[in-house]
Amino acid sequence: MSFEKFLFYLFAAILVGSALMVITRRNPVHSALFLVLAFFNMAAIWLLAEAEFLAIVLVLVYVGAVMVLFLFVIMMLDIDLATVRAGFIKHLPVGIVVAVLMLVEMVLVLGPKHFGLTKYAAPEAAPADYNNTAELGLSLFTQHLYALEIAAVILLVAMIAAISLTLRKRPDSKRQNVTRQHMVKKKDRLKIIKMPAEEKG
Amino acid sequence: MDFLIGLYDSLPVAIQIILKIVVIMGPLMVLVAYYTYAERKVIGYMQVRIGPNRVGPKGWGQPIADAVKLMFKEIVLPTHADKTLFLIAPLLSIGPALAAWAVFPFDTGLVLADINAGLLYLLAMTSIGVYGVIIAGWASNSKYAFLGAIRCAAQIVSYEIAMGFALVGVLVVAGSLNLGQIVEGQSGGFWNWYWLPLLPLFVIYFISGVAETNRAPFDVAEGESEIVAGFHVDYSGMAFAVFFLAEYANMILISALTALMFLGGWLSPFQGTFMESWFAWVPGIIWLVAKTFVFMFLFLWFRATFPRYRYDQIMRLGWKIFIPITIVWIVVAGAMQVYDIGPWYQ
Repeated sequence: MSFEKFLFYLFAAILVGSALMVITRRNPVHSALFLVLAFFNMAAIWLLAEAEFLAIVLVLVYVGAVMVLFLFVIMMLDIDLATVRAGFIKHLPVGIVVAVLMLVEMVLVLGPKHFGLTKYAAPEAAPADYNNTAELGLSLFTQHLYALEIAAVILLVAMIAAISLTLRKRPDSKRQNVTRQHMVKKKDRLKIIKMPAEEKG
Repeated sequence: MDFLIGLYDSLPVAIQIILKIVVIMGPLMVLVAYYTYAERKVIGYMQVRIGPNRVGPKGWGQPIADAVKLMFKEIVLPTHADKTLFLIAPLLSIGPALAAWAVFPFDTGLVLADINAGLLYLLAMTSIGVYGVIIAGWASNSKYAFLGAIRCAAQIVSYEIAMGFALVGVLVVAGSLNLGQIVEGQSGGFWNWYWLPLLPLFVIYFISGVAETNRAPFDVAEGESEIVAGFHVDYSGMAFAVFFLAEYANMILISALTALMFLGGWLSPFQGTFMESWFAWVPGIIWLVAKTFVFMFLFLWFRATFPRYRYDQIMRLGWKIFIPITIVWIVVAGAMQVYDIGPWYQ
């Protein structure tokens, strides 16, 4: 077994293990941290597949930003595990049926008979000066420009919708207008009063 | 010398890489130790005090004495703390701070890993440093630590966006994500460095860097006057020392990166002037270190000068001022690139 193969199986094993931990841990914070570990191992596997841009962006976006916000919310919420787990046995049969259905569907679409060296030749290793990032950028901004723009617009709409749904004006909040605070001059606030000196009595 | 080079070449690649890591980490750790000493001395003089002067001549032994003291102190585990996470947190804090140096070029070709996406890698590493703080705050099972962690998480996520956009500006001008090529793109002397065409981004990058390292005036995560010491209030001994190391290593990293991306890295400031040949004997790494020291001094100067920001003002600065300015300046940089304005664009 070559060193790369060993690395692949190592990262894949940790990935699957931490993914299992995500759904079996009792503490939601531990689950979220195992999800972070899973992302890291996925990024490592992508690095092995010479997709360095995607691998680093996965760490940057999902680990560096999305999961931080996730943890932020989970830590702030007071999740009562008893209510979450109530009815676990009652819903178990339905859950198993759904899980088996999804597994069968995934095996049908992504099963081993669709892949393998006979279907796809092994990709050649890219030359040393090959720049994954530049290639991806060229492809995104020429061939797939419309798809990219549409995705961007959809994200913008979702963002505006989320903000407008949660934004509320609170009349009782004591907001400060920073611009007006900056515009204040000395004469607006300070009054110097001349008064005669006290005489010694 | 030839014998040593031959010996080095005969070693396995893994050992060679470990040697290189030691060569980077050794001086870095010494620098971190004496940076803490410099901080106490500089702030002391700025406040008309003397600073540490008891251990060794002029207090030079102070960092070593501090390190030895911290090593022999007990690491107290708070009751009901999540023990595993409590002990992992300092490691998660220092890991990214040191890993980021892997792609840092010290001179032409003098780099541990010369990767294409170096800039992205750095951004990823500086952004995952926040986990140490969050996990420490949560695992301590204390409200002060938790408040510090929550403040820190929101602050770092906010300033990371401004930081990322500032780096996009550098990317637009340099046309490369490789740090070595970014420095080479600035060759041609003081006026060719990127600080001038990207002046707003340069200022924003450094200020965001100060915010990202939780240093004064953005040190609300520690905020000793409100929440004692924030996220590391329950840490003692070596566990605390590792947080301390990570903070200073991050400060040095941000200073070095600012010098690299906006002040021409290892390039001589006299390039292209009549003084170029006078200073040709100076190795590039000296220029890099000198530029880094300027920013490292600024960190200390800020701490001695500015009062702490209020939290809502930090958020306002990050979201309502820095992010709009960076977005506008990316467009400006792109326009200058397209219309070949100035000596920076070919």
